[in-house]
This record gives sequence, structure tokens and C-alpha cells, in this order.
Amino acid sequence: MKPLLLLLFLLLWTQAQVLAQARYATKTGHIWFFSDAPLEDIEAHNHKVVSILDMSSGELVFSVPMNEFQFRKKLMQTHFNENYVESDKYPKASFKGKVVNIKEVNLQQNAAYKVRVQGVLNIHGRNKDIDTVGVLEVKDGRLLGKSTFSVTPQEFDIRIPRLVRNNIARRIDIYVDITYEPLKGNSL
Amino acid sequence: MRKRYVLIILCCLALHTAKAQDDLLQLAESSDSAATGLVTGTFKATRLANGHSVETNGAGVLLFLISHRFGTLNSGAYEFFGLDQATIRLGLEYGLTDRLNVGIGRSSLEKTYDGFLKYKLLQQRQGMGMPVTLTLFTSAAIRTLDWPQESGGNFDSKHRFSYTYQALLARKFTERLSLQLSPTLVHRNLVPTRHDDTDVYALGAGGRFKITKHTSFNAEYYYLLSSHTREDFRNALSLGFDIETGGHVFQLIFTNAQGMVEKFFVPQNTGYWSDGDIYFGFNISRVFDLKGKEKW
Repeated sequence: MKPLLLLLFLLLWTQAQVLAQARYATKTGHIWFFSDAPLEDIEAHNHKVVSILDMSSGELVFSVPMNEFQFRKKLMQTHFNENYVESDKYPKASFKGKVVNIKEVNLQQNAAYKVRVQGVLNIHGRNKDIDTVGVLEVKDGRLLGKSTFSVTPQEFDIRIPRLVRNNIARRIDIYVDITYEPLKGNSL
Repeated sequence: MRKRYVLIILCCLALHTAKAQDDLLQLAESSDSAATGLVTGTFKATRLANGHSVETNGAGVLLFLISHRFGTLNSGAYEFFGLDQATIRLGLEYGLTDRLNVGIGRSSLEKTYDGFLKYKLLQQRQGMGMPVTLTLFTSAAIRTLDWPQESGGNFDSKHRFSYTYQALLARKFTERLSLQLSPTLVHRNLVPTRHDDTDVYALGAGGRFKITKHTSFNAEYYYLLSSHTREDFRNALSLGFDIETGGHVFQLIFTNAQGMVEKFFVPQNTGYWSDGDIYFGFNISRVFDLKGKEKW
């Protein structure tokens, strides 16, 4: 009985270790977007992005509090939240997907890897499939993730009034820049 | 017995593994800051109708406000229902910081200049955080209309001044509904008769209900608490619509108060809504971003 018990405990312990080591996370990820329109450029930064990457399965998730996007002009920020993304109704955007080629990333070696990310982006309560590429860099036990892709407001049912159509770009570029730390335990 | 022991441990192990593989998105969403963020856009404009709302202009934002009240609706067809007469206030407001604003204005009524300071002390947060926004407001108004000839020049310049102090307390209850309470003190250095109060206390209450994303219905009521003033003057009731188009906010207002500065619309209204003593008017504001943030 005793060796069996010991074995079980050992198994339990190693499993917990493996899981803990497999997950990388941050609560201060940086996402920004850029809209290049004839009348004005709009740029907003969010430094409160939560993201978790599971290195064993490649599973990748983001949760983005919409009212944390900081604009250069306060009124733009108000209009963004009130009129376009409706932050009271839809307080966060999310992404749930996978790094498809996660097996190619070697955590033991400092290097940058090209990765392919597929998943579902949810903004304004609407889903859209995203398939994009990015770079995942292993650096002294941390992971630096970067990606760029673009979306249109229409894809997420965000209507732009005709009056401001020249102020907001048709395609909006989204930049993702995340520094992941190993996740210890099971909470952020 | 031993078998059962092993089984229990196996179950525990299975449970533990299941917990660790919990939905990653749920884990991420439970630890973001969306539930505690600042609540913004309680009102569309810095005015509810006549009185100030809790809103302040952002740092470096200059707001130009044109306020206009026609004559009373019951003045008849000869006066074109009030449109032949008008009083106007031109104002500028500037955000020194996101929370601290200064403003100046000039009303045609009694040729009055006014200046104010406004400070957003507390800002409402989502969830269990700060439940309200509190903005402190103080203003001074100077009447520059010449004293009447028969007064014989017995007045000092100090008699031209009056002051207002307000604590504006508001909460955005839902995306559409915001309510505000505005306890108010108006102090006047000079009043027309011995009977009038120099200090007038009033409780303002109001709110907005959004009809669409860009329009809202607003109401504002100033209830007089000072006894003598309450006997001689009327509480101010104002109803209005906000229409927001980018950098402009248009406010269409029906009110029984003629003036657009606190010392007019709180303590010295004579008109009754029921008699049609209603002034139609509007506020038009335009914002200019003078600098914007350098780093954001």
C-alpha cells in the first residue's frame, strides 16, 4: 500500500508542476489600434490586457477591458465607449484560439519563432474567425508575443454614422504586444 | 478497504487535473479589470439644462458654450411667442486637468460676468467600487448693469457680487439612466428688499434618459429651501433634449428660468409653468482640443 500511495502523490505533484510550467500569462499586456482616415488618425492604447498561453496545448486566450483604451483626446475615448463599442453593454473583448504550431517553440532556447494563430475574436458581442501570424520569442524564461492584424467595424456590427465616415478608417489595424511570465499556481 | 482508499485518491487526482484544465478564457476574464473600471459618460454635456452636471472637460480641452433663452411662450403672437426677445450667455470652459475646470461667461441679463471653478473629486467605478461621481462647483457673478439713477450712488462694488456653491452628486445607473442631486447655496451681497434672503439654499435634482446613442431627454428641478425666497419665487423646472454630434452638443430647453447663471435660475424665478411662463432656449457647445495628451 505504501509504495502505491507514494507513487500517487508523486504523480499528483509532477502533474501539478507540469501544468504550472506549461502556462504563461500576463495582466498587463499591451494592445493598441490605429485608424488612418482622411480627416484624422486615431490611436488608442490598452495596457490592461489579460492573456494566457498554454504551451502544452497551444491554447491562447485574451480578455480586453474596453474602457481601458486610452485615447489622446478624452472626448474620443468617451465616444468610443458610448457610441461605438458600447462598453456598458459589452465591457470586454475576448479572443479564444490556438497557436497552431506550438510544438515548434522550444522553451529551453532563446529564439524567435514564427507562429500561426487561429481562433475567434469577440468584440461588441459579435464573433469573427481570425487566422493570422505572429512572432513568439523565448527570452530568459519569458515569452514575448507580437502580432498585427486588421478588422473592420462592420464585421462587429459597429455602425459608423455618415457624418464621421471620413474620420474613421475602413480597416483598423490592431497591434498585440504581450510579455508572458510563467504562471505559478492556478490563478493570475 | 484498501481499494476504497486508492479509489478516493484517484478521484482526488482526477478532480485536480480537471480543475487545472479549467476554461482558460474564464480564468482570463475573471482577472481582468473590466469589473472595476471608471464609469464615463454620465452626461453628454457639462450642463444638465441650466445647472452644471458632474461632467468636466478633459485636460487641454476648451469648450465654447453659447446659451440662449427666448421670451416666454405665453407672450403671444405679437411677440412671436417669445422669439422676438432673447437673452444670451457666451461662455468658455477649459480643462486644466481631467478633473479641474475653469470657466468664464458673460450674460446679457443684467450685463453679468461670471467665473467658475469645478473639481471632480470622486469618479464612479464599475461594480462594487465608488458608487457615485462627486463634483464640487463654485462660481462668482458680477452684475455690471449701471445702478438706477434714483439710487443716489449708495452702492459699493461689493454689492455687485454674488456667489454659488454646489456639491454635484451623480450616478450612472444604467447605460441610459443617470441621476444627479445638486445641493446649492447662493449668496448675494445685495438683495432688493430687507425681506429677501441673502443666503438661498436649494436642492437641485435631475437626470437624463438616453433615447438613442446620440440623443437624451433631460430634466432638472431646483427646489428652494430658504423660507422667504420660497414664498416669493418659483422653483425652476427645466426639460430638455441633448443631441450630440461629434464635438458639438445641442441642448434644446424649456424652462421657467430666464437666466443662465446660478444666481438667476435658482433664487429669482417668477414664472409658472402652468401659466405658460416658459422660456424656450438652447445651449450649443463646441469643444476644441488645444493640446491633447502627449503620452497616452
